[in-house]
Parts: sequence; C-alpha cells; structure tokens
Amino acid sequence: MLKIENVHVYYGGIHALRGINMDVEDGAIISLIGANGAGKSTTLKSIMSLVNKTEGTITFNGKDITKMGTRDIVKEGIVLCPEGRRVFPDLTVAENLIMGSYLRKDKEGIKKDTEWVYELFPRMKEREWQLAGTLSGGEQQMLAVGRALMAKPKLLMLDEPSLGLAPLVIKDIFSIIKQIRESGVNVLLIEQNAKAALEISDFAYVMETGVVTMSGKGKDLLNDERVQKAYLGE
Amino acid sequence: MERLNQKTKMTASIIACIALVVLLVLSYTNTGTTSMLRSVLQLGSIYALAAASMNLLNGFTGLFSLGHAGFMAIGAYTYAVLTIPVNKKANVYYLYGVADSLANVALPNWLGLIIGGIAAAIIAALIGAAVLRLKSDYFAIATLGLAEIVRICVASSPMARITNGSLGLKNIPGFTNIGFIPAYFVPFIVVAICLVIMFLLINCSYGRAFKAIREDEIAAEAMGINLARHKQMSFIISSFFAGIAGALLAMFLGAIQSTTFPLMLTYNILLIVVIGGMGSLSGSIISAFLVIAAKEWWLRFLDVEQYIGDWQVPLLRTGFRMVVFSVILMVVVLFWRQGIMGQKEFSWDGVYNFFRRLKTKFRGKNTKAAAEGGNANE
Repeated sequence: MLKIENVHVYYGGIHALRGINMDVEDGAIISLIGANGAGKSTTLKSIMSLVNKTEGTITFNGKDITKMGTRDIVKEGIVLCPEGRRVFPDLTVAENLIMGSYLRKDKEGIKKDTEWVYELFPRMKEREWQLAGTLSGGEQQMLAVGRALMAKPKLLMLDEPSLGLAPLVIKDIFSIIKQIRESGVNVLLIEQNAKAALEISDFAYVMETGVVTMSGKGKDLLNDERVQKAYLGE
Repeated sequence: MERLNQKTKMTASIIACIALVVLLVLSYTNTGTTSMLRSVLQLGSIYALAAASMNLLNGFTGLFSLGHAGFMAIGAYTYAVLTIPVNKKANVYYLYGVADSLANVALPNWLGLIIGGIAAAIIAALIGAAVLRLKSDYFAIATLGLAEIVRICVASSPMARITNGSLGLKNIPGFTNIGFIPAYFVPFIVVAICLVIMFLLINCSYGRAFKAIREDEIAAEAMGINLARHKQMSFIISSFFAGIAGALLAMFLGAIQSTTFPLMLTYNILLIVVIGGMGSLSGSIISAFLVIAAKEWWLRFLDVEQYIGDWQVPLLRTGFRMVVFSVILMVVVLFWRQGIMGQKEFSWDGVYNFFRRLKTKFRGKNTKAAAEGGNANE
C-alpha cells in the first residue's frame, strides 16, 4: 500500500535518512523500532512532507505522493499522530476532534466518526467539554489518537504513543491500536517499547542510524538474537 | 456548569440588543454635541474595533504583532487623502501643493473607508509573505519596524504632495447622516458590522484553524491545515479591520498627523487586548470601553488641582491621572492574570453561572457568619 524507495533526508549537514526502503502492506500493523536518533520520526515526517526529501520516491496506493504538500497527503488518507501528544490545550475535547476532521466535508461521516471515537474512548465522551490541556497524559494521548482517526485515514501513523505513560495506560493504548486495526485502518507504529510493539505488529522494521537494518514478521524479530541484544536487553 | 436553554438565551440576547440601542439613543438625545459621554462612546467603539482586530492576530492566531499603528495609519491616510473635499485641498496642502492626480479626487466617505481598509490589507499581503516566516519575538520586532516605516514614510518629504508631510491632513470629512440615521450613530454601526463579521469568522472552521495554529503549529500542520496560508489570511483580515479602525479614527478626529499613530498607539491597543483577555473578542470590546472611559473621562478629576479651604490636596495636578491609571492596570493584571474574559467569549451561560457563584459565595459567608455567631453564643 505504502511504498518507500531510497529516501534520503538531510538536516543541514546531517544525513538523517540514508536510503530507506519500506513496503507497508494492506491490512496490517507495521512497527518501526530503533534507538534514539535512528531516524524513525524523520521517516514519518518525510512521508508527510513535513521535512524535505533530497532523493527517493514514496507511493501510496500506486499514487506518487513524493512531492505532494502535507494537506494533500492528509486528503489521500495518511494521517500522522505526532510525537508527544500535541493536543490543542486550550480547545475543548470536542473541538480537538473537530480539528481532526478539518479537511473533510461530509457532515454525516464526521458525526458517525465522532461517535466511533467516543466508543473507542468512552473517557473522551465524559470529558467532551473539558479543555484538552486539563486532561491527564494518557487521556491526552487517547485524544491525540482519536483526533487523528477523525481524518478518516487509510493509514494511521503513530509516533511513540507510549511516550511517558504508565505501563497500565500503555496496555490500554496498545489494545486500542489493535481495535483500530480490526476496524480496517492500517497502522504504522513507531516505538521505543520494542517488546510491546513487536508483540502486536504483523511486520516490523528495525532502524539504525538512518538505514533499515532488519525486517521481518513481528514474532520472528521478537525471537531474533540481535534484536534481543540491542533492544530487549538480553 | 449549568446551561440555559436556547429560548432563554435568545430572549436575553434580544432584550440586551434593544437595551443597548435604547441606551445609545438616550446618550444621543440627552447630551450636548460636546459631551464627554458621546466622544467616549465613539472613541471606545473605534478602539474596540482596533483591539478586536489585533486580538484576531495576537490572541487567536498566536502571531504576536506590534504593527497595528502602522496599519491604522495606512487606513487613516488613505481615507483622508481620498476624501478631503476638492475645494478645501488648496487650504490643506498650502505649503507643498497637492499631487496633480489627486487634485480632483474626493470620494464619498463610505468608499474611502472601505478603500482605507483594503489598502491596509494589500500592504499586509505584500509584507506578510516575508515577515510571516518569522516566529514569535522576531515577528513582533519585524512588525514593529513596519509600523515605524509607515509612520516615517507618511511624514517624509517625497510623500509631501500626497500626505502633506509632517504638517498632517485636516478638513477630513467626518461622519455624515445615513438617511434618517444621525451621524452620531455611524461609527457604532460600522464597528458593529465589522465585529459581527469577526465573530462569524472565529466561529467557523477558519477560526478553529487559527486557534489550532496558536496552540500547536506542528499538530495543526499534521491535521492538514496550510500554515502559511492561514497565517497570511489572519494577518490580512486583521490588517483590513485595523485599516477601517484607522479610517474611523481619522473621521472622528478630523485631522491627522504622522504623530497620531506612534508606537504608543499600538501599546495602548495591546493593553486593551491584554486587559480584555487574549483570545476573547468580547473581552476586547468590553475593555476598550472601560479603558477609554477611565483614561479620558472618569479619572479626569485627578488632573485638576483641588483646594480644601486653603490647603491644596497633594499630588492632584496635570498628568496624575495617568499615574493612577497605571496603578489600576497593574492591580487588574495581578488579579485577572488572563484578563477580564480570559479566552472565553461572552455567553449567557457565563453570566448566569457568574451570578450563581456570587450568590453561593455570599450565602456561604452568611451561613459561616451565622455559624460563628452561634458558636459565640454557646
């Protein structure tokens, strides 16, 4: 579905992505794991055209999106839920969700998806009129995911949804990611928490200093010696 | 928080509107043409428009601009240059003469007003492409510079045959009757129309996009909001209404100079915005009237020397009102950190809940006092 070929990104003199190749298949949770500074977030940002690519092509459902603006990419159905939650703190929960559907025009669909998000996150319904800044960290993360879902994505990209959250909350978030997947939205997941990510993902890529060094089925990578040594602390 | 039903709100709004109009009419019929109340209301409404337009940019979009006086100057000068009656031009441009192309131009004042706004918007569009790339403080400084450039340009000698240099323009046509509506009401009507447009704007999806940009640019962009375009739009709309406010100010004053639009004007408007609450249009409107009334009217008595018998009351002399005004400002900002309204807009729910809280607070005190009294008796 999403195909990334030989993508290079520079931050000034720093060569952050050195020719990434990925192939995200339809109907799957794909995760991208790696140490800090490996280029995971940059990969997502380059897909969204939030950073400039110097080389390479990205195709989505057979359409070349390499040179498209962020706005058009969102319209194509790829949505990024950025790292660190980034909800709009002085807008209410309901307004945050409406912002998620900013580019959509179908009022009925938006209404239906709002209901769906409230179903996924009942806590959000309770706090509909509360300012997003007053929510707890876990609730904010749920709101951020819900907001991204409001854009009706075909591919939802989550950048470290477990960042700074308690283990129990992380468990909730991961079970919701599975639910989202089951409802037909593909998920591309970035995680530091390699074990949890590999357990739920169908396919995974391991990144190191700007290149993909390993890829395989989630379960296989979980048992791979090198992955265990590098990320799982064995 | 309790919510009132739609019908009560509608009735309350209609009653409030009628009451406002009746009060305005009373202020017209019961005062002389030189009354302080009249000028405070007119000037207050002009400042309300200026503050609301600044709030649209600073409070809603989160672009901290200090160039407002510049855009008001553009609006005011455009209006003045285009509308000064032909037969009075020789009198106005007595030193430098009037530019040939302008010698026979005298537009009706409503057209001048709109063109004034458009001129400010065009300049904003040209400048915006460059300065909107800057962030926070740097943007503030760039716009500050812009305001100074405008002010110096209109006073410069190459512009003298258009703007009359540092001599300024006079004989600017003021408000005129529209049909049966007396001239006194014109600024209120113009300001009301502009404010309604702004309220509609902030309540539609553009308004939410502006707020989203203020809150988090990266998240806003990831939602598919075109940052550059929305920032540009907010800057242009804000400048347009600033230009209209400037033109209204020119109509109100009848004579303008480059020194009518100093940096202090920007700060005065910023002060109104902060007092009213960054991100609340209704706050800006309320505080504009309060600040103008306090500064120009209610505190005037502090400027007059007073004697009790032979003893002169100390401190009361010209300028002391501004000292007291500044102290009041500090107190207000200390107690209302978010300004009068914070980021909320005026709503009947808000009013209702405010009075309910007041009531429970008052009752709470009473019962507490009663309880203490009871204890004392035992």
